[in-house]
Amino acid sequence: YVGFATLPNQVHRKSVKKGFDFTLMVAGESGLGKSTLVNSLFLTDLYKDRKLLNAEERISQTVEIVKHTVDIEEKGVKLKLTIVDTPGFGDAVNNTECWKPITDYIDQQFEQYFRDESGLNRKNIQDNRVHCCLYFISPFGHGLRPVDVEFMKALHEKVNIVPLIAKADCLIPSEIRKLKERIREEIDKFGIKVYQFPECDSDEDEEFKQQDRELKESAPFAVIGSNTVVEAKGQRVRGRLYPWGIVEVENQAHCDFVKLRNMLIRTHMHDLKDVTCDVHYENYRAQCIQQ
Amino acid sequence: QNDGYRTLSLSGHVGFGSLPDQLVKKSIKQGFCFNILCIGETGSGKSTLINSLFNTNFDDPASTHFLPNVRLRAQTYELRESNVLLKLTIVNTVGFGDQINKEDSYQPIVDYIDAQFEAYLQEELKIKRSLFTYHDTRIHVCLYFISPTGHSVKSLDLLTMKSLDSKVNIIPIIGKADSISKTELQKFKNKIMSELVSNGVQIYQFPTDDETVSKINTIMNGHLPFAVVGSTEEVKIGNKMVRARQYPWGIVQVENENHCDFVKLREMLICTNMEDLREQTHARHYELYRRCRLEEMGFRDIGPENKPVSLQEAYEAKRHEFYLELQRKEEEMRQQFVQRVKEKETILKEAEQQVQTKFEHHMLMHQEVKLKLEKKKKVLEDEIAMFIEKKANAELLQSQASVSTPVVSLKRDKDRK
Repeated sequence: YVGFATLPNQVHRKSVKKGFDFTLMVAGESGLGKSTLVNSLFLTDLYKDRKLLNAEERISQTVEIVKHTVDIEEKGVKLKLTIVDTPGFGDAVNNTECWKPITDYIDQQFEQYFRDESGLNRKNIQDNRVHCCLYFISPFGHGLRPVDVEFMKALHEKVNIVPLIAKADCLIPSEIRKLKERIREEIDKFGIKVYQFPECDSDEDEEFKQQDRELKESAPFAVIGSNTVVEAKGQRVRGRLYPWGIVEVENQAHCDFVKLRNMLIRTHMHDLKDVTCDVHYENYRAQCIQQ
Repeated sequence: QNDGYRTLSLSGHVGFGSLPDQLVKKSIKQGFCFNILCIGETGSGKSTLINSLFNTNFDDPASTHFLPNVRLRAQTYELRESNVLLKLTIVNTVGFGDQINKEDSYQPIVDYIDAQFEAYLQEELKIKRSLFTYHDTRIHVCLYFISPTGHSVKSLDLLTMKSLDSKVNIIPIIGKADSISKTELQKFKNKIMSELVSNGVQIYQFPTDDETVSKINTIMNGHLPFAVVGSTEEVKIGNKMVRARQYPWGIVQVENENHCDFVKLREMLICTNMEDLREQTHARHYELYRRCRLEEMGFRDIGPENKPVSLQEAYEAKRHEFYLELQRKEEEMRQQFVQRVKEKETILKEAEQQVQTKFEHHMLMHQEVKLKLEKKKKVLEDEIAMFIEKKANAELLQSQASVSTPVVSLKRDKDRK
């Protein structure tokens, strides 16, 4: 007996003490439910006093970058969560290169980190790099639109893109299947590199492997969000009340919200950070040095 | 109702009360024509709604999102219900809202609507015209599909509706409305209407001047924009098959007024106000187009001395003007032609002179050179004569010398070599 089997516990203890940080970007046209989904994911209200522009103001609107940072805690684990919003994306009449402010922002964070990392005093480096970008695809069309393709192509080598089908409660199950297939085909066709879930180890148990398989097959996730709690079958759940029924956000038969939440928060959050550090940031750094 | 004529009372049944019936009979015999324009993004539910409205399956394949510009696609069908024949034309936008730069998106639509007005105007202005059998392609109603974002209209919607509101009757519709919950819906509708009003967009109002329909129309005006759901599939509810969409959490029935405004739209568009839409198109939108067009062409109702001008006079004046202009242009061209010919002539004459001078010069040169050559020839001939003489002398001398020296051996050496 030596004793280093306790290392994982030591890692756990230290990480709890240090706390975690995570930067999540959300992008997509107005009205696709991005804010509602973020609120549903983190069970909080980040957008309390938001002011939406009207249509006339949006005709020539430019894209802004808006950050909301909150500290949340669960079971003693502290998370500094930053949500980066991109209001105005795709809303103007002429949206040529409307993703430029977004790519600039991501590059700036890389630049900042690069400078900090190369500095002499590296005690309190803040990691503001974007770890994941949830891209909302409209469910009302037949697949990807030109603006979706251009956006993802501009960002796929800078950030982990997780495409989502927004407001999925307007699609019946057969339509969701068809749309997912169509989007997967188009992502392949246009050479877009979205975030790939890592392969699970061969020594994981069968249940885990099954879950992992289901996860991969459900992409892109068809999500629904809700800011309100409704009563369904005697329980209070987050949902949307319609005259013809109640949509429950956390019901896996209704949408992929739970899959997204599990993936994003419960299982793959750290992998998203790792890929950002090891792949996207390293690419940026290598490019910078070579120039 | 006193406009200067006496009102008489009848002492018996005359029979002209059947006039409306006679009109109806005639119009049924003629058949009706109705043209609908659907504007909406690809995938906004246009075709499905039209299929649901007319309870038929109009073949309209779904289009891709990657078209470079907006086009319009028109299809005409003949439908029959009871003894009424309807010639229905559905015009759909293709590729609307897909491009990254949408600044040119609404122009093709405006151009299409104008083109139909123009065609009718041309027919109207013809000398031999047949308006009775003319297939009227003017758009009677525009169903504008607003995307169910829940916030408001999009910027492109605003621009498009503004460019069309004085040319066509616009009925705004929220498509695929089954993603909006009841509480969100009223807020959404209010926001849409207030944005349209504040931007001065004139949408079609169901007419309230006719007392038989004014009540229902007023109520319906308050429900705009209609939130609709369409479906090509049917689901069994009770013991009937109805148009519906089956979700894991429930079934949305297209014709259930609690679920969506489909029935209201059908009622308003088809059952109650179809004829008014046709009338408004002809009496208001077309007349406006016609007036603008004729003014463009230079026609006026009031002449320069503030006296009314008849169209006939205006025609004559225009034609005369045009004829004069034509004559003037012809004269101008003739002058230009004569001028050019003269110029060319002078140039050619000059050129001719030059060529002549050159020719004479060359002839002179030729003569000189010839003389020189003759001289040289003479000199050469003299030299040749002299040379022959010298040669003869030399040979003579040689033959005298060869008698005493053996020249033969030299010759043989030469042969061997």
